Amino acid sequence: MRPTVQQITKSTTIALTVRQSLIMAHRGLLRVRRTPEQLIDVTLQPILFTLMFAYLFGGAIAGNVQAYLPLIIPGILAQTVLTGSVAIGVNLREDMNKGVFDRFRSLPISRIAPLAGALIADAIRYVIITVLTFSMGYIMGMRPHAGFMGVLEASMLIIFFAWCVSWMFAFFGVIAKTPTGVQGISMMILFPLTFVSNAFVPVNTLPKALKWFANVNPVSHLVNAIRTLLEQGKTSSDFWLSLVGAVVIMAIFSVATVRIYTRKAA
Amino acid sequence: MNSLKLSATAVQAQDLVKIFGDNYAVNGLDLVIPSGGIYGVLGPNGAGKTTTIQMLATLLKPDRGSAKVFGFDVVKDSHIVRQLIGVTGQYASVDEKLSATENLFIFSRLLGLSSRDARRKTSELLEEFGLTEAAKRPLAQYSGGMRRRLDLAASLINQPPLIFLDEPTTGLDPRTRNQMWNTIRRLVSEGSTVVLTTQYLDEADQLADRIAVIDRGKVIAEGTPAELKAKVGTASLELVVANPESLPYAAYIIEQILLTEVHVNVANIITAPLANAEVITDILLALRSDGIELAGVSVKSPSLDEVFLTLTGHQTEQETITVEN
Ligand SMILES: Nc1ncnc2c1ncn2[C@@H]1O[C@H](COP(=O)(O)OP(=O)(O)OP(=O)(O)O)[C@@H](O)[C@H]1O
Ligand SMILES: [Mg+2]
Repeated sequence: MRPTVQQITKSTTIALTVRQSLIMAHRGLLRVRRTPEQLIDVTLQPILFTLMFAYLFGGAIAGNVQAYLPLIIPGILAQTVLTGSVAIGVNLREDMNKGVFDRFRSLPISRIAPLAGALIADAIRYVIITVLTFSMGYIMGMRPHAGFMGVLEASMLIIFFAWCVSWMFAFFGVIAKTPTGVQGISMMILFPLTFVSNAFVPVNTLPKALKWFANVNPVSHLVNAIRTLLEQGKTSSDFWLSLVGAVVIMAIFSVATVRIYTRKAA
Repeated sequence: MNSLKLSATAVQAQDLVKIFGDNYAVNGLDLVIPSGGIYGVLGPNGAGKTTTIQMLATLLKPDRGSAKVFGFDVVKDSHIVRQLIGVTGQYASVDEKLSATENLFIFSRLLGLSSRDARRKTSELLEEFGLTEAAKRPLAQYSGGMRRRLDLAASLINQPPLIFLDEPTTGLDPRTRNQMWNTIRRLVSEGSTVVLTTQYLDEADQLADRIAVIDRGKVIAEGTPAELKAKVGTASLELVVANPESLPYAAYIIEQILLTEVHVNVANIITAPLANAEVITDILLALRSDGIELAGVSVKSPSLDEVFLTLTGHQTEQETITVEN
Protein backbone atom coordinates (compact mmCIF):
# COMPACT_ATOMS: atom_id res chain seq x y z
CA MET A 1 0.00 0.00 0.00
CA ARG A 2 1.64 3.19 -1.18
CA PRO A 3 0.69 6.54 0.35
CA THR A 4 -1.71 8.37 -1.89
CA VAL A 5 -0.19 11.20 -3.83
CA GLN A 6 -2.83 13.84 -4.22
CA GLN A 7 -3.00 16.18 -7.14
CA ILE A 8 0.22 15.66 -9.00
CA THR A 9 0.71 18.56 -11.37
CA LYS A 10 2.98 18.79 -14.37
CA SER A 11 4.07 22.38 -13.77
CA THR A 12 3.39 25.28 -11.44
CA THR A 13 0.86 27.98 -12.23
CA ILE A 14 1.10 31.74 -11.78
CA ALA A 15 -1.48 31.58 -8.98
CA LEU A 16 0.64 28.99 -7.15
CA THR A 17 3.79 31.02 -7.72
CA VAL A 18 2.13 34.07 -6.13
CA ARG A 19 0.89 31.97 -3.20
CA GLN A 20 4.32 30.42 -2.64
CA SER A 21 6.03 33.81 -2.89
CA LEU A 22 3.71 35.18 -0.18
CA ILE A 23 4.54 32.20 2.04
CA MET A 24 8.23 32.89 1.46
CA ALA A 25 7.61 36.53 2.38
CA HIS A 26 5.98 35.33 5.60
CA ARG A 27 9.10 33.32 6.31
CA GLY A 28 11.24 36.41 5.61
CA LEU A 29 9.31 38.42 8.18
CA LEU A 30 9.53 35.61 10.76
CA ARG A 31 13.28 35.70 10.22
CA VAL A 32 13.43 39.45 10.78
CA ARG A 33 11.94 38.88 14.24
CA ARG A 34 14.66 36.34 14.99
CA THR A 35 17.59 38.36 13.63
CA PRO A 36 18.64 41.15 16.00
CA GLU A 37 20.48 43.15 13.30
CA GLN A 38 17.47 43.17 11.05
CA LEU A 39 15.07 43.87 13.85
CA ILE A 40 17.18 46.92 14.70
CA ASP A 41 17.11 47.90 11.01
CA VAL A 42 13.36 48.28 11.15
CA THR A 43 12.94 49.57 14.70
CA LEU A 44 15.72 51.37 16.52
CA GLN A 45 17.68 52.48 13.49
CA PRO A 46 15.06 54.74 11.87
CA ILE A 47 14.41 56.34 15.25
CA LEU A 48 18.06 56.86 16.14
CA PHE A 49 19.11 57.95 12.64
CA THR A 50 16.34 60.51 12.53
CA LEU A 51 17.32 61.99 15.87
CA MET A 52 21.02 61.82 15.21
CA PHE A 53 21.11 63.20 11.69
CA ALA A 54 18.53 65.89 12.43
CA TYR A 55 20.55 67.26 15.34
CA LEU A 56 23.98 66.69 13.75
CA PHE A 57 23.37 68.15 10.33
CA GLY A 58 20.38 70.31 11.16
CA GLY A 59 22.22 71.95 14.02
CA ALA A 60 25.48 72.36 12.11
CA ILE A 61 24.04 73.66 8.88
CA ALA A 62 20.98 75.63 9.79
CA GLY A 63 21.75 76.32 13.41
CA ASN A 64 18.10 75.60 14.02
CA VAL A 65 16.85 72.04 13.88
CA GLN A 66 13.17 72.91 13.77
CA ALA A 67 13.46 75.07 10.67
CA TYR A 68 15.61 72.51 8.98
CA LEU A 69 13.29 69.49 9.45
CA PRO A 70 11.49 69.84 6.07
CA LEU A 71 14.91 69.72 4.35
CA ILE A 72 16.59 67.07 6.50
CA ILE A 73 13.75 64.56 7.03
CA PRO A 74 13.54 63.60 3.32
CA GLY A 75 17.30 62.98 3.36
CA ILE A 76 17.07 60.89 6.50
CA LEU A 77 14.15 58.97 5.04
CA ALA A 78 16.19 58.07 1.95
CA GLN A 79 19.08 57.05 4.21
CA THR A 80 17.07 54.83 6.58
CA VAL A 81 15.04 53.07 3.90
CA LEU A 82 17.99 52.50 1.57
CA THR A 83 20.05 51.14 4.48
CA GLY A 84 17.21 48.69 5.05
CA SER A 85 17.37 47.55 1.44
CA VAL A 86 20.88 46.14 1.82
CA ALA A 87 19.57 43.22 3.90
CA ILE A 88 18.04 41.40 0.94
CA GLY A 89 21.42 40.52 -0.55
CA VAL A 90 22.77 39.31 2.78
CA ASN A 91 19.63 37.21 3.32
CA LEU A 92 19.74 35.64 -0.13
CA ARG A 93 23.38 34.71 0.22
CA GLU A 94 22.82 33.31 3.70
CA ASP A 95 20.03 31.10 2.36
CA MET A 96 22.03 29.96 -0.64
CA ASN A 97 24.98 28.99 1.56
CA LYS A 98 22.76 27.02 3.94
CA GLY A 99 21.06 23.65 3.68
CA VAL A 100 17.64 25.26 3.64
CA PHE A 101 18.26 26.29 0.04
CA ASP A 102 18.49 22.61 -0.94
CA ARG A 103 15.22 22.01 0.87
CA PHE A 104 13.53 24.73 -1.16
CA ARG A 105 15.03 23.32 -4.33
CA SER A 106 13.77 19.83 -3.56
CA LEU A 107 10.20 21.04 -3.03
CA PRO A 108 7.72 21.11 -5.91
CA ILE A 109 7.49 24.90 -5.81
CA SER A 110 8.15 27.68 -8.27
CA ARG A 111 11.91 28.24 -8.57
CA ILE A 112 11.53 32.00 -8.26
CA ALA A 113 9.37 31.92 -5.10
CA PRO A 114 12.19 32.33 -2.55
CA LEU A 115 13.56 35.38 -4.39
CA ALA A 116 10.12 36.88 -4.97
CA GLY A 117 9.25 36.25 -1.33
CA ALA A 118 12.34 38.10 -0.17
CA LEU A 119 11.42 41.07 -2.37
CA ILE A 120 7.88 41.16 -0.97
CA ALA A 121 9.09 40.91 2.63
CA ASP A 122 11.42 43.80 1.87
CA ALA A 123 8.64 46.06 0.67
CA ILE A 124 6.92 45.46 4.01
CA ARG A 125 10.08 46.35 5.90
CA TYR A 126 10.35 49.60 3.94
CA VAL A 127 6.80 50.49 4.94
CA ILE A 128 7.69 50.02 8.61
CA ILE A 129 10.88 52.08 8.30
CA THR A 130 9.05 54.85 6.43
CA VAL A 131 6.27 55.05 9.01
CA LEU A 132 8.79 55.18 11.88
CA THR A 133 10.90 57.88 10.24
CA PHE A 134 7.91 60.09 9.47
CA SER A 135 6.56 59.52 12.97
CA MET A 136 9.87 60.66 14.45
CA GLY A 137 9.81 63.70 12.20
CA TYR A 138 6.30 64.48 13.36
CA ILE A 139 7.25 64.11 17.02
CA MET A 140 10.20 66.45 16.45
CA GLY A 141 7.84 69.02 15.03
CA MET A 142 7.77 68.60 11.26
CA ARG A 143 4.41 69.58 9.76
CA PRO A 144 4.58 69.15 5.94
CA HIS A 145 2.54 71.72 4.03
CA ALA A 146 1.11 69.13 1.66
CA GLY A 147 -0.40 67.30 4.64
CA PHE A 148 -1.14 63.62 4.82
CA MET A 149 -1.49 63.18 1.05
CA GLY A 150 2.00 64.55 0.55
CA VAL A 151 3.37 62.15 3.16
CA LEU A 152 1.55 59.25 1.51
CA GLU A 153 2.87 60.07 -1.96
CA ALA A 154 6.39 60.61 -0.68
CA SER A 155 6.18 57.27 1.15
CA MET A 156 5.12 55.45 -1.99
CA LEU A 157 7.95 57.04 -3.94
CA ILE A 158 10.68 56.12 -1.45
CA ILE A 159 9.34 52.58 -1.01
CA PHE A 160 9.24 52.01 -4.75
CA PHE A 161 12.69 53.57 -5.18
CA ALA A 162 14.22 51.39 -2.45
CA TRP A 163 12.54 48.33 -3.87
CA CYS A 164 14.12 48.97 -7.27
CA VAL A 165 17.54 49.59 -5.70
CA SER A 166 17.22 46.41 -3.62
CA TRP A 167 17.55 44.46 -6.90
CA MET A 168 21.10 45.74 -7.04
CA PHE A 169 21.80 44.39 -3.56
CA ALA A 170 19.99 41.15 -4.44
CA PHE A 171 22.40 40.90 -7.38
CA PHE A 172 25.40 41.11 -5.04
CA GLY A 173 23.66 38.47 -2.93
CA VAL A 174 23.47 35.98 -5.77
CA ILE A 175 27.03 36.53 -7.04
CA ALA A 176 29.04 36.95 -3.81
CA LYS A 177 30.46 34.03 -1.84
CA THR A 178 29.68 35.01 1.74
CA PRO A 179 27.04 37.12 3.51
CA THR A 180 29.73 39.37 4.98
CA GLY A 181 31.08 39.88 1.47
CA VAL A 182 27.65 41.02 0.34
CA GLN A 183 27.40 43.36 3.31
CA GLY A 184 30.82 44.80 2.45
CA ILE A 185 30.17 45.56 -1.22
CA SER A 186 26.68 46.84 -0.49
CA MET A 187 27.86 49.30 2.14
CA MET A 188 30.63 50.51 -0.15
CA ILE A 189 27.98 51.42 -2.70
CA LEU A 190 25.34 52.63 -0.27
CA PHE A 191 27.54 55.18 1.48
CA PRO A 192 28.50 57.28 -1.57
CA LEU A 193 24.94 57.00 -2.88
CA THR A 194 23.36 58.39 0.26
CA PHE A 195 26.09 60.72 1.52
CA VAL A 196 27.38 62.17 -1.76
CA SER A 197 23.97 63.62 -2.47
CA ASN A 198 21.85 66.50 -1.29
CA ALA A 199 20.38 64.33 1.47
CA PHE A 200 22.26 65.93 4.35
CA VAL A 201 24.25 68.91 2.99
CA PRO A 202 23.59 71.48 0.26
CA VAL A 203 25.28 70.30 -2.95
CA ASN A 204 27.01 73.65 -3.58
CA THR A 205 29.17 73.17 -0.49
CA LEU A 206 30.79 70.11 -2.12
CA PRO A 207 34.09 70.01 -4.05
CA LYS A 208 33.75 69.86 -7.84
CA ALA A 209 33.96 66.11 -8.47
CA LEU A 210 31.62 65.27 -5.63
CA LYS A 211 29.26 68.00 -6.76
CA TRP A 212 29.08 66.47 -10.20
CA PHE A 213 28.28 63.07 -8.74
CA ALA A 214 25.75 64.49 -6.27
CA ASN A 215 23.92 66.17 -9.15
CA VAL A 216 23.55 63.00 -11.23
CA ASN A 217 23.00 60.74 -8.21
CA PRO A 218 19.43 59.40 -8.39
CA VAL A 219 19.27 59.70 -4.59
CA SER A 220 19.60 63.51 -4.92
CA HIS A 221 16.64 63.57 -7.28
CA LEU A 222 14.76 61.30 -4.94
CA VAL A 223 15.38 63.57 -1.96
CA ASN A 224 14.36 66.67 -3.97
CA ALA A 225 11.25 64.89 -5.20
CA ILE A 226 10.26 63.97 -1.63
CA ARG A 227 10.86 67.55 -0.45
CA THR A 228 8.63 68.91 -3.21
CA LEU A 229 5.92 66.33 -2.55
CA LEU A 230 5.91 67.12 1.18
CA GLU A 231 6.08 70.91 0.93
CA GLN A 232 4.21 71.68 -2.30
CA GLY A 233 2.27 68.46 -2.96
CA LYS A 234 3.64 68.51 -6.52
CA THR A 235 5.50 66.00 -8.67
CA SER A 236 8.60 67.86 -9.85
CA SER A 237 10.98 66.90 -12.67
CA ASP A 238 13.09 65.33 -9.90
CA PHE A 239 10.19 62.98 -9.25
CA TRP A 240 10.36 61.65 -12.78
CA LEU A 241 14.16 61.62 -12.85
CA SER A 242 14.33 59.57 -9.66
CA LEU A 243 11.68 57.19 -10.96
CA VAL A 244 13.59 56.74 -14.22
CA GLY A 245 16.85 56.23 -12.30
CA ALA A 246 15.24 53.60 -10.06
CA VAL A 247 13.64 51.77 -12.96
CA VAL A 248 16.92 51.73 -14.88
CA ILE A 249 18.73 50.27 -11.86
CA MET A 250 16.02 47.66 -11.48
CA ALA A 251 16.00 46.83 -15.19
CA ILE A 252 19.73 46.21 -15.24
CA PHE A 253 19.98 44.21 -12.05
CA SER A 254 16.71 42.31 -12.09
CA VAL A 255 17.48 40.59 -15.37
CA ALA A 256 20.93 39.54 -14.22
CA THR A 257 19.74 38.57 -10.74
CA VAL A 258 16.82 36.46 -11.92
CA ARG A 259 18.96 34.76 -14.52
CA ILE A 260 21.75 33.84 -12.10
CA TYR A 261 19.33 32.96 -9.31
CA THR A 262 17.15 30.62 -11.36
CA ARG A 263 20.24 28.93 -12.73
CA LYS A 264 21.46 28.25 -9.18
CA ALA A 265 17.98 27.29 -7.96
CA ALA A 266 17.20 25.01 -10.91
CA MET B 1 -3.84 15.19 -13.26
CA ASN B 2 -4.59 12.74 -10.48
CA SER B 3 -4.17 9.82 -12.76
CA LEU B 4 -0.45 10.12 -13.55
CA LYS B 5 0.78 6.57 -13.68
CA LEU B 6 3.60 5.66 -11.30
CA SER B 7 5.94 2.95 -12.48
CA ALA B 8 6.55 0.07 -10.06
CA THR B 9 10.27 0.77 -10.04
CA ALA B 10 11.04 3.56 -7.59
CA VAL B 11 14.41 4.49 -9.09
CA GLN B 12 16.06 3.50 -12.30
CA ALA B 13 19.43 5.09 -13.02
CA GLN B 14 21.57 4.39 -16.02
CA ASP B 15 25.20 5.27 -16.49
CA LEU B 16 24.99 8.32 -14.20
CA VAL B 17 28.08 10.51 -14.32
CA LYS B 18 28.91 13.64 -12.32
CA ILE B 19 32.23 15.37 -12.71
CA PHE B 20 33.58 18.08 -10.42
CA GLY B 21 36.54 19.66 -12.17
CA ASP B 22 38.46 16.57 -13.21
CA ASN B 23 37.13 14.46 -10.35
CA TYR B 24 34.58 11.81 -11.38
CA ALA B 25 32.43 11.91 -8.23
CA VAL B 26 29.97 9.51 -9.87
CA ASN B 27 31.32 7.48 -12.72
CA GLY B 28 28.87 5.37 -14.69
CA LEU B 29 26.51 4.36 -11.92
CA ASP B 30 23.57 2.02 -12.58
CA LEU B 31 20.86 1.49 -10.01
CA VAL B 32 17.46 -0.18 -9.95
CA ILE B 33 15.46 0.33 -6.77
CA PRO B 34 12.18 -1.54 -6.52
CA SER B 35 9.30 0.23 -4.83
CA GLY B 36 8.53 -0.71 -1.23
CA GLY B 37 11.16 -1.57 1.34
CA ILE B 38 14.45 -0.03 2.34
CA TYR B 39 17.32 0.27 -0.10
CA GLY B 40 20.77 0.86 1.34
CA VAL B 41 23.56 2.63 -0.49
CA LEU B 42 26.79 1.70 1.24
CA GLY B 43 30.15 3.28 0.65
CA PRO B 44 33.12 4.97 2.34
CA ASN B 45 33.79 8.72 2.48
CA GLY B 46 33.94 10.24 -0.96
CA ALA B 47 32.43 7.20 -2.70
CA GLY B 48 29.80 9.38 -4.35
CA LYS B 49 26.77 8.59 -2.17
CA THR B 50 25.69 12.18 -1.61
CA THR B 51 26.32 13.13 -5.22
CA THR B 52 24.18 10.20 -6.37
CA ILE B 53 21.32 11.06 -4.00
CA GLN B 54 21.45 14.69 -5.09
CA MET B 55 21.12 13.71 -8.74
CA LEU B 56 18.21 11.37 -7.97
CA ALA B 57 16.55 14.10 -5.89
CA THR B 58 16.79 16.71 -8.72
CA LEU B 59 19.32 18.78 -6.79
CA LEU B 60 22.23 18.17 -9.15
CA LYS B 61 22.12 17.71 -12.88
CA PRO B 62 23.90 14.60 -14.14
CA ASP B 63 26.68 15.28 -16.64
CA ARG B 64 25.78 12.07 -18.40
CA GLY B 65 23.29 9.25 -18.14
CA SER B 66 19.72 9.41 -16.94
CA ALA B 67 17.62 8.60 -13.93
CA LYS B 68 13.92 8.03 -13.49
CA VAL B 69 11.84 8.19 -10.32
CA PHE B 70 8.64 6.15 -10.62
CA GLY B 71 9.13 6.45 -14.36
CA PHE B 72 9.66 10.23 -14.44
CA ASP B 73 12.92 11.71 -15.63
CA VAL B 74 14.74 13.63 -12.89
CA VAL B 75 15.82 16.35 -15.31
CA LYS B 76 12.92 16.68 -17.75
CA ASP B 77 10.08 15.96 -15.29
CA SER B 78 11.77 17.42 -12.22
CA HIS B 79 8.59 19.15 -11.09
CA ILE B 80 6.72 15.83 -11.00
CA VAL B 81 9.63 14.03 -9.35
CA ARG B 82 9.73 16.66 -6.59
CA GLN B 83 6.13 15.85 -5.75
CA LEU B 84 7.02 12.19 -5.29
CA ILE B 85 10.08 12.50 -3.07
CA GLY B 86 11.15 13.68 0.35
CA VAL B 87 14.83 14.46 0.90
CA THR B 88 16.80 14.59 4.11
CA GLY B 89 20.28 15.67 3.15
CA GLN B 90 23.51 14.80 4.91
CA TYR B 91 23.55 18.28 6.44
CA ALA B 92 20.50 19.85 8.06
CA SER B 93 18.27 21.53 5.53
CA VAL B 94 15.98 23.54 7.74
CA ASP B 95 15.94 27.24 8.53
CA GLU B 96 18.28 27.72 11.47
CA LYS B 97 16.75 31.05 12.44
CA LEU B 98 13.23 29.73 12.85
CA SER B 99 11.76 27.41 15.46
CA ALA B 100 10.75 23.83 14.67
CA THR B 101 7.09 24.86 14.56
CA GLU B 102 7.78 27.71 12.15
CA ASN B 103 9.91 25.51 9.90
CA LEU B 104 7.30 22.78 9.61
CA PHE B 105 4.49 25.31 9.19
CA ILE B 106 6.25 27.14 6.34
CA PHE B 107 7.20 23.91 4.55
CA SER B 108 3.64 22.59 4.94
CA ARG B 109 2.22 25.79 3.49
CA LEU B 110 4.65 25.62 0.57
CA LEU B 111 3.46 22.09 -0.11
CA GLY B 112 -0.06 23.41 -0.54
CA LEU B 113 -1.66 22.84 2.87
CA SER B 114 -4.12 25.42 4.15
CA SER B 115 -3.18 27.38 7.26
CA ARG B 116 -5.32 25.14 9.43
CA ASP B 117 -4.07 21.89 7.91
CA ALA B 118 -0.49 23.13 8.11
CA ARG B 119 -0.88 23.84 11.83
CA ARG B 120 -2.40 20.40 12.39
CA LYS B 121 0.30 18.64 10.37
CA THR B 122 2.98 20.60 12.22
CA SER B 123 1.80 19.55 15.67
CA GLU B 124 1.31 15.97 14.48
CA LEU B 125 4.88 15.75 13.25
CA LEU B 126 6.31 17.50 16.31
CA GLU B 127 4.50 15.00 18.51
CA GLU B 128 5.60 12.05 16.40
CA PHE B 129 9.27 13.06 16.49
CA GLY B 130 9.32 14.02 20.15
CA LEU B 131 9.94 17.68 19.47
CA THR B 132 6.81 19.17 21.00
CA GLU B 133 8.58 20.47 24.08
CA ALA B 134 11.36 22.17 22.15
CA ALA B 135 9.07 23.28 19.34
CA LYS B 136 9.14 26.99 20.09
CA ARG B 137 12.87 27.28 20.66
CA PRO B 138 15.13 28.53 17.87
CA LEU B 139 17.16 25.74 16.24
CA ALA B 140 20.43 27.21 17.48
CA GLN B 141 19.62 25.53 20.81
CA TYR B 142 18.91 22.09 19.31
CA SER B 143 21.12 19.04 19.67
CA GLY B 144 22.33 17.23 16.56
CA GLY B 145 19.77 14.47 17.05
CA MET B 146 16.89 16.93 17.40
CA ARG B 147 17.95 18.70 14.23
CA ARG B 148 18.07 15.43 12.30
CA ARG B 149 14.64 14.50 13.54
CA LEU B 150 13.22 17.86 12.52
CA ASP B 151 14.91 17.50 9.16
CA LEU B 152 13.31 14.11 8.65
CA ALA B 153 9.93 15.39 9.81
CA ALA B 154 10.15 18.16 7.21
CA SER B 155 10.67 15.54 4.50
CA LEU B 156 7.54 13.65 5.46
CA ILE B 157 4.93 16.42 5.35
CA ASN B 158 3.30 15.31 2.11
CA GLN B 159 3.87 11.58 2.79
CA PRO B 160 6.03 11.14 -0.29
CA PRO B 161 6.13 7.63 -1.78
CA LEU B 162 9.93 7.83 -2.03
CA ILE B 163 12.18 9.16 0.74
CA PHE B 164 15.91 9.78 0.40
CA LEU B 165 17.91 9.81 3.63
CA ASP B 166 21.58 10.70 3.33
CA GLU B 167 23.43 9.20 6.31
CA PRO B 168 20.43 9.56 8.63
CA THR B 169 22.23 8.15 11.67
CA THR B 170 25.74 9.57 11.37
CA GLY B 171 26.56 11.41 14.56
CA LEU B 172 23.63 10.03 16.56
CA ASP B 173 24.08 8.28 19.88
CA PRO B 174 23.02 4.60 20.01
CA ARG B 175 19.63 5.36 21.55
CA THR B 176 18.70 8.05 19.02
CA ARG B 177 20.06 5.86 16.29
CA ASN B 178 17.68 3.10 17.31
CA GLN B 179 14.78 5.54 17.32
CA MET B 180 15.74 6.61 13.81
CA TRP B 181 15.81 2.99 12.67
CA ASN B 182 12.33 2.44 14.08
CA THR B 183 11.05 5.56 12.36
CA ILE B 184 12.50 4.39 9.07
CA ARG B 185 10.92 0.95 9.47
CA ARG B 186 7.58 2.56 10.25
CA LEU B 187 7.75 4.69 7.10
CA VAL B 188 8.19 1.56 5.06
CA SER B 189 5.36 -0.25 6.81
CA GLU B 190 3.16 2.71 5.86
CA GLY B 191 4.01 2.09 2.23
CA SER B 192 6.91 4.41 1.44
CA THR B 193 10.11 3.39 -0.27
CA VAL B 194 13.21 4.53 1.63
CA VAL B 195 16.63 4.97 0.06
CA LEU B 196 19.30 5.57 2.65
CA THR B 197 23.04 5.94 2.50
CA THR B 198 25.34 4.75 5.21
CA GLN B 199 28.98 4.07 5.94
CA TYR B 200 28.10 1.25 8.31
CA LEU B 201 27.73 -2.28 7.00
CA ASP B 202 25.97 -3.16 10.21
CA GLU B 203 23.30 -0.54 9.60
CA ALA B 204 22.72 -1.56 6.00
CA ASP B 205 22.55 -5.16 7.15
CA GLN B 206 19.98 -4.45 9.87
CA LEU B 207 17.77 -2.14 7.89
CA ALA B 208 18.00 -2.68 4.18
CA ASP B 209 16.16 -5.17 2.00
CA ARG B 210 18.71 -4.63 -0.72
CA ILE B 211 22.13 -2.97 -0.70
CA ALA B 212 24.27 -1.37 -3.37
CA VAL B 213 27.91 -1.02 -2.43
CA ILE B 214 29.51 1.91 -4.20
CA ASP B 215 33.13 2.86 -4.52
CA ARG B 216 34.74 5.61 -6.58
CA GLY B 217 31.42 6.49 -8.15
CA LYS B 218 30.48 3.00 -9.30
CA VAL B 219 28.26 0.21 -7.99
CA ILE B 220 30.65 -2.63 -7.22
CA ALA B 221 28.16 -5.04 -5.68
CA GLU B 222 24.41 -5.25 -5.37
CA GLY B 223 22.04 -7.65 -3.70
CA THR B 224 20.29 -8.62 -0.50
CA PRO B 225 22.37 -8.44 2.68
CA ALA B 226 22.49 -12.24 2.70
CA GLU B 227 23.85 -12.36 -0.86
CA LEU B 228 26.50 -9.78 -0.08
CA LYS B 229 27.55 -11.46 3.12
CA ALA B 230 27.92 -14.73 1.29
CA LYS B 231 30.32 -12.95 -1.03
CA VAL B 232 32.24 -11.22 1.69
CA GLY B 233 32.16 -13.88 4.36
CA THR B 234 30.20 -13.35 7.51
CA ALA B 235 33.36 -12.64 9.41
CA SER B 236 37.08 -12.39 8.92
CA LEU B 237 39.96 -14.19 10.49
CA GLU B 238 42.90 -12.19 11.73
CA LEU B 239 46.17 -13.98 12.30
CA VAL B 240 49.27 -12.39 13.75
CA VAL B 241 52.33 -14.29 12.60
CA ALA B 242 55.19 -14.47 15.10
CA ASN B 243 58.02 -14.50 12.54
CA PRO B 244 57.75 -11.89 9.74
CA GLU B 245 59.71 -14.10 7.36
CA SER B 246 57.04 -16.79 7.38
CA LEU B 247 54.34 -14.24 6.48
CA PRO B 248 54.20 -14.85 2.69
CA TYR B 249 54.22 -18.62 3.16
CA ALA B 250 51.47 -18.46 5.76
CA ALA B 251 49.38 -16.31 3.43
CA TYR B 252 49.95 -18.84 0.65
CA ILE B 253 48.76 -21.72 2.81
CA ILE B 254 45.62 -19.88 3.85
CA GLU B 255 44.83 -18.92 0.26
CA GLN B 256 45.12 -22.59 -0.72
CA ILE B 257 42.55 -23.52 1.90
CA LEU B 258 40.11 -20.65 1.34
CA LEU B 259 40.58 -20.43 -2.44
CA THR B 260 40.43 -16.66 -2.15
CA GLU B 261 42.87 -13.82 -1.76
CA VAL B 262 43.92 -12.69 1.70
CA HIS B 263 45.21 -9.36 2.84
CA VAL B 264 48.66 -9.01 4.32
CA ASN B 265 49.30 -6.05 6.57
CA VAL B 266 52.63 -4.45 7.56
CA ALA B 267 52.22 -5.47 11.19
CA ASN B 268 52.52 -9.23 10.44
CA ILE B 269 48.75 -9.49 10.25
CA ILE B 270 46.93 -11.66 7.76
CA THR B 271 43.25 -10.89 7.27
CA ALA B 272 41.16 -13.53 5.54
CA PRO B 273 37.45 -13.59 4.73
CA LEU B 274 35.67 -16.34 6.60
CA ALA B 275 32.60 -17.90 4.98
CA ASN B 276 32.15 -20.50 7.72
CA ALA B 277 33.80 -21.05 11.06
CA GLU B 278 34.78 -24.66 10.28
CA VAL B 279 37.74 -23.62 8.14
CA ILE B 280 39.47 -22.01 11.10
CA THR B 281 40.42 -25.44 12.36
CA ASP B 282 41.79 -26.41 8.92
CA ILE B 283 43.85 -23.24 8.74
CA LEU B 284 45.28 -23.57 12.22
CA LEU B 285 46.15 -27.24 11.70
CA ALA B 286 47.83 -26.52 8.36
CA LEU B 287 49.90 -23.72 9.87
CA ARG B 288 50.95 -25.92 12.78
CA SER B 289 52.02 -28.78 10.52
CA ASP B 290 54.13 -26.33 8.46
CA GLY B 291 55.74 -25.03 11.62
CA ILE B 292 54.44 -21.46 11.42
CA GLU B 293 54.14 -19.89 14.83
CA LEU B 294 51.26 -17.53 15.62
CA ALA B 295 51.31 -14.61 18.03
CA GLY B 296 47.57 -13.96 17.91
CA VAL B 297 44.28 -15.14 16.47
CA SER B 298 40.98 -13.33 16.35
CA VAL B 299 37.70 -13.53 14.48
CA LYS B 300 36.06 -10.28 13.49
CA SER B 301 32.67 -9.42 12.09
CA PRO B 302 33.14 -7.88 8.67
CA SER B 303 33.67 -4.15 8.70
CA LEU B 304 33.17 -1.94 5.71
CA ASP B 305 36.91 -2.17 5.17
CA GLU B 306 36.72 -5.90 4.70
CA VAL B 307 33.78 -5.59 2.38
CA PHE B 308 35.86 -3.26 0.30
CA LEU B 309 38.90 -5.39 0.49
CA THR B 310 36.93 -8.33 -0.79
CA LEU B 311 34.93 -6.50 -3.41
CA THR B 312 37.55 -4.16 -4.79
CA GLY B 313 40.88 -5.57 -3.82
CA HIS B 314 41.82 -2.19 -2.33
CA GLN B 315 41.09 -0.70 1.04
CA THR B 316 38.98 2.37 1.66
CA GLU B 317 40.79 5.65 1.04
CA GLN B 318 40.81 6.51 4.74
CA GLU B 319 42.41 3.22 5.65
CA THR B 320 45.18 3.69 3.11
CA ILE B 321 45.99 7.03 4.64
CA THR B 322 46.23 5.69 8.18
CA VAL B 323 48.45 2.85 7.03
CA GLU B 324 50.80 5.28 5.32
CA ASN B 325 50.96 7.37 8.45
N1 LIG C 1 30.39 20.40 -4.87
C1 LIG C 1 31.51 19.68 -5.08
N2 LIG C 1 32.57 20.22 -5.69
C2 LIG C 1 33.70 19.52 -5.91
N3 LIG C 1 33.86 18.23 -5.56
C3 LIG C 1 32.85 17.62 -4.94
C4 LIG C 1 31.61 18.31 -4.66
N4 LIG C 1 30.78 17.44 -4.05
C5 LIG C 1 31.45 16.29 -3.94
N5 LIG C 1 32.69 16.37 -4.48
C6 LIG C 1 33.67 15.28 -4.57
O1 LIG C 1 33.04 14.17 -5.15
C7 LIG C 1 33.41 12.97 -4.50
C8 LIG C 1 32.18 12.26 -3.99
O2 LIG C 1 31.61 13.02 -2.95
P1 LIG C 1 30.28 12.64 -2.19
O3 LIG C 1 29.96 13.76 -1.27
O4 LIG C 1 29.25 12.23 -3.16
O5 LIG C 1 30.75 11.38 -1.36
P2 LIG C 1 30.01 10.60 -0.20
O6 LIG C 1 29.99 9.17 -0.58
O7 LIG C 1 28.70 11.23 0.09
O8 LIG C 1 31.00 10.80 1.02
P3 LIG C 1 30.70 11.03 2.60
O9 LIG C 1 30.54 9.67 3.18
O10 LIG C 1 31.93 11.71 3.09
O11 LIG C 1 29.49 11.87 2.72
C9 LIG C 1 34.38 13.38 -3.42
O12 LIG C 1 35.68 13.16 -3.94
C10 LIG C 1 34.14 14.84 -3.21
O13 LIG C 1 35.32 15.49 -2.85
MG1 LIG D 1 27.88 12.15 1.68
